[in-house]
Amino acid sequence: MALDGPKTAYKYIGTTPDRPDGLDKVTGRARYGADINVPGMLHGAVVRSPHAHARILKIDATKALAMEGVKAVVTRADFPDGLDGEDWNLQENCMAGEKALYDGHAVAAVAATSPLIARDAAKAIVVDYEPLPHVTDVDAAMAEGAPVIRDGAADFSVPEGMHPNVVRYFESGRGELEKGFAEADLVIEKSFTTEAAHQGYIEPQACLGQMGADGRGEMWVTTQGHWFVRRMSAAILGTEATGLRVTPSEIGGGFGGKTTVFIEPLSLALSRKAGGKPVKMVMTRGEVLRATGPTASASMDVKMGITKDGRITAASGTFRMQGGAFPGAPVDVTTMLAFGNYDIEHVHQVGYDVLANRPKQAAYRAPGAPMAAFATESVLDELCRKLGLDPIDTRLKNAAREGTRATFGPKYGPIGLVETLEAAKAHANYHAPLGPNQGRGVASGYWMNHGGETSASVAISEDGTVTVSIGTPDIGGSRASMALMAAEAFGVAYENVRVNISDTGALGVNEPTHGSRATFASGLATIRAAEDCITKLCKRAADKWGIDAEAVTWEDGCAKPSGPNAGEFPPMPIAEIAAEMGETGGPISGHFEDTPAGFSGSFGTHVVDVEVDPETGRTTILRYLVVQDAGKAIHPAYVEGQFQGGAVQGIGWTLNEEYIYGQDGRLQNAGFLDYRVPVASDLPMIDTVIVEVPNPGHPYGVRGVGETGITPPLPAIANAVREATGKRITDLPLRPSRVLAAIRDKGD
Amino acid sequence: MTKRIHVSTELNGDAVDFLCDPRETLLDCLRDHLGAMGAKEGCGTGDCGACSVTLDGRLVCSCLVLGVEAEGKQIGTVEGMADGESLHPLQRKFIEHAALQCGICTPGILVAAKNLLERNPDPSETEVRYWLAGNLCRCTGYDKIVRAVMDAATEMREAS
Repeated sequence: MALDGPKTAYKYIGTTPDRPDGLDKVTGRARYGADINVPGMLHGAVVRSPHAHARILKIDATKALAMEGVKAVVTRADFPDGLDGEDWNLQENCMAGEKALYDGHAVAAVAATSPLIARDAAKAIVVDYEPLPHVTDVDAAMAEGAPVIRDGAADFSVPEGMHPNVVRYFESGRGELEKGFAEADLVIEKSFTTEAAHQGYIEPQACLGQMGADGRGEMWVTTQGHWFVRRMSAAILGTEATGLRVTPSEIGGGFGGKTTVFIEPLSLALSRKAGGKPVKMVMTRGEVLRATGPTASASMDVKMGITKDGRITAASGTFRMQGGAFPGAPVDVTTMLAFGNYDIEHVHQVGYDVLANRPKQAAYRAPGAPMAAFATESVLDELCRKLGLDPIDTRLKNAAREGTRATFGPKYGPIGLVETLEAAKAHANYHAPLGPNQGRGVASGYWMNHGGETSASVAISEDGTVTVSIGTPDIGGSRASMALMAAEAFGVAYENVRVNISDTGALGVNEPTHGSRATFASGLATIRAAEDCITKLCKRAADKWGIDAEAVTWEDGCAKPSGPNAGEFPPMPIAEIAAEMGETGGPISGHFEDTPAGFSGSFGTHVVDVEVDPETGRTTILRYLVVQDAGKAIHPAYVEGQFQGGAVQGIGWTLNEEYIYGQDGRLQNAGFLDYRVPVASDLPMIDTVIVEVPNPGHPYGVRGVGETGITPPLPAIANAVREATGKRITDLPLRPSRVLAAIRDKGD
Repeated sequence: MTKRIHVSTELNGDAVDFLCDPRETLLDCLRDHLGAMGAKEGCGTGDCGACSVTLDGRLVCSCLVLGVEAEGKQIGTVEGMADGESLHPLQRKFIEHAALQCGICTPGILVAAKNLLERNPDPSETEVRYWLAGNLCRCTGYDKIVRAVMDAATEMREAS
């Protein structure tokens, strides 16, 4: 496909070769977090609070320590005091101090010579609790009289008079709301809720940690970001970051949930206490659901006004989110992106970050965006229905474009929302006939993406093949993307590039594979490092030819004189330069370090058809279309995979998935049987269209594509159910009982 | 300490034996006593299928089978799918179709899909989807997995 972007003709970019790690991953050879055993290692297990909120009076490990094979027990007393801010939050979340703050909160950990002994020993640790009143719902947690989870946790932003559980406050906007709403022909205001959903990666957290009395150690761990693991673990343990070398395993899914630490510092503390023996820790699925980050739950009020011809005149929203017992619900992002799809003159957003007795939320694919989209895109759909407006035409009329001042401040550069809407409108799915009890829903969504600290190296081997070293774990085929970009930059065969994910000892600091940044940032770094390397390759050729380095260019894997004036020399292939590197100046490599700022967001538009069974309330997805802007798709099959996977996680969040807390504040569905993620038989094929509006901030035009796809499904499906049933359901998930109750309700 | 039990069994055609605690699952034994780490533990309760193996040709969640139950049985895992250097058609098609992202569910899905095609060489899309409904994948949305299985089935039918 021809592009207007920074580069227009590609040899490798846009092809779909086999991924370099494919063979390992289809033969069972790839090593994930739990797939390591070393001689002499111990096994860890964690004691967790059965209470939603309780004072810890006493922890007695006498019996456990007396058991054969038990080597160490750690509690909070084994961790340093005096941390503050997010470091304290992380430490407190990894191991409770004075109080257990949620069902599943770690209270103690034990290491023993086998997993079974460790499990038995954990049961033998006696903890005396004084249960305290608890609260797990966001609205209840803000209400007068709600139990205070941690007094003094609120920051400067919170207005006076708020409940102490409100810990951060966000407000933004522009224009004059009243004037804007007065210009509207129709104003609709509705309230919405979404429940917490878990990232649901199939591989539980797992690590093998080793630390000596000197505070130095090593770790093997499944993580999206091993430099994060290093920094956080060192802070929690009070050791030096450089003393810990962290090697990432293959990672069995993360979706944001593996950008922080839970058991990792515990394994190091246990190892240190057990004389430096390595300690392996693997979470159970129940522990993953009870104690690792789900996303935040939300309660929202959204009001929008529109003219008869479909122009949005004003919009306002209030977003209340709980992210567990610690500050950090992504309500800042929610307020930013709530109306970010559109060009709206009068707009106002308010956000509250609220503590509740639930696990500390962790990032989940486009954190904060899907909840807002559910509320705002549902209201827009309702406005369109009431006025008989086409949902795509109305979005086109209001769509943000290049030069639009975003509702969160800056002006957009080149973006692809209009292109996604036009492609959705032209797609056959938008015109397929619908039968009884069927409905079609449309919604758009956005994620702004991220740059982050990035460091990469490339090195030329003696035979002219290329090794790329990056610091972002490969969750979904990014080795293939890096190899394609390196092949393109060098002009060498894709098969002649090997991509390694380096440990923390081998590269400068790298942020995790998060923020849709891996293909953008590590990709940019790979290309720039290759260019650095190519400069050196050209110099070697120039020296041999006895001409200036500036008179040499690089083309198709060869150094060439840049023109007739440079001299008459045959092209010198990379393999020839490499073979002589020892005599011509030594090893040849290239490097790149930066915090690239040229990232640019990705818009998507989804069209979904559903059928709702009027007798059971069950919703079936009949057709699903994802249209999204990739900037430039490096490996289109894995770009499609991101679109499809994001959409299906959104389908799960909309139809089935929810955290269910009982009156006792305990999680009622801590397993995959009751926390039901979509299975193959729930779904049709997921149709995709890749739109390419190049990002000028990347040499090949790449936008991150990982996160946007989970944002539109929530409202798109709710809008389709609205058409199928005539009922606007404002609470997720759309479980059959809820849909059935709505169908049977005589009201609107 | 519980006395360990000696179990003799067959793994991917090879006679093997191991000592295990009677509480250990077949999955634990495969991974920790036989070094076969291809089967993964995603839930430990039979809900995710990441630990799928065959036991005397029957597809099971190895986390729901005790190690001692493998005595005298034939176990089939992902490690036994390829024939020397030649991948099983399913393995090749999974790579070709980009049917894996993180890859953690892939061994279980490959074992389950192979078992399906042995019973039904010409499954419909719906049959593939229902057969694989016990194998969770959180990355792909299943689209490319179903396509890869259907494509492998076609190739295997044409080859036979």
